[in-house]
Amino acid sequence: MVDYIRSIERQQMRDDIPDFAAGDHVIVNVKVTEGGRQRLQAFEGTVIARQGSGFNEMFTVRKVSYGVGVERSFPVHSPRIDSINVVRRGRVRRAKLYYLRKRKGKKARIRERR
Amino acid sequence: MSKGMLGKKIGMTQVYDEAGNLTPVTVIEAGSCVIVQVKSEESDGYSAVQVGFDEVDKKKLTRPEQGHFEKAGVTPRRYLAEFRCDNGDWQEAKVGDELAPTLFSPGDRVKVRGVSRGKGFAGVIKRHGYHRGPMSHGSRYHRGPGSLGGSAFPARVMPGTKLPGRMGGQQVTVENLEVIRVDTDNKLLLVKGSIPGPRGGIIRIEHQS
Repeated sequence: MVDYIRSIERQQMRDDIPDFAAGDHVIVNVKVTEGGRQRLQAFEGTVIARQGSGFNEMFTVRKVSYGVGVERSFPVHSPRIDSINVVRRGRVRRAKLYYLRKRKGKKARIRERR
Repeated sequence: MSKGMLGKKIGMTQVYDEAGNLTPVTVIEAGSCVIVQVKSEESDGYSAVQVGFDEVDKKKLTRPEQGHFEKAGVTPRRYLAEFRCDNGDWQEAKVGDELAPTLFSPGDRVKVRGVSRGKGFAGVIKRHGYHRGPMSHGSRYHRGPGSLGGSAFPARVMPGTKLPGRMGGQQVTVENLEVIRVDTDNKLLLVKGSIPGPRGGIIRIEHQS
């Protein structure tokens, strides 16, 4: 019975999503439709959380834009995501980096993972 | 009343539409539905189509039920339901016709009816959405129903006053749900939003008239 749901979800899963985790710096290329025309919009920032599992997984990207913190959440398997580029891998000690919201400047740095 | 069929609730998930929007859907198994009887104005005083759902071993049915299916010449089914067709729908219906989910097409609006989950004996907060009293500071009034009415007059509780009692396990109809997808291979219907009842519950789907 649940298998029907699994198969519906499996059909919609994408296999072209790179491996990335919290702490990574990524560029998400989002398809934006404006007045019938489609273009790509990049959203660049740090992944601060991945939540959910399988088809229902979401991730949150945070960036600081003109001094204002901006966070955007995407479903991992959304067809609106054109591509995700992992620019830099970060070494972090927890899965959810919500503490970054309270930090700025040097304190908001993340060490690179090698 | 119009064309419809019986089905089984499988569960909920999400699908993306063409624009890439995530839509919450309920998956309904709508297979093995068959017309068991066609009632007409002349023979029964009203016109309707009787639909059977969920094949079952005939030994599990009573003798009168077995006879009913034998007369129709269809394999026995566990559930029967009637769909009125006074509005001229289903002119071409014949006994023995199989109903496929293609009765519906994406974009159609449907009405879904099922039996809601039983909640048991529920208090007034869960059952009627009352507010709670303060839990501390010596309140001593937590989840009660409050005042039931006057005192010397009317000296009784008015009929229909909302009180604790059995909740759920009732027939609930959800109207105007959009059909998102029809899967003929697996005999599935995907309907936008939630529908009453637990997974595996028997539900009735019909076109919104």
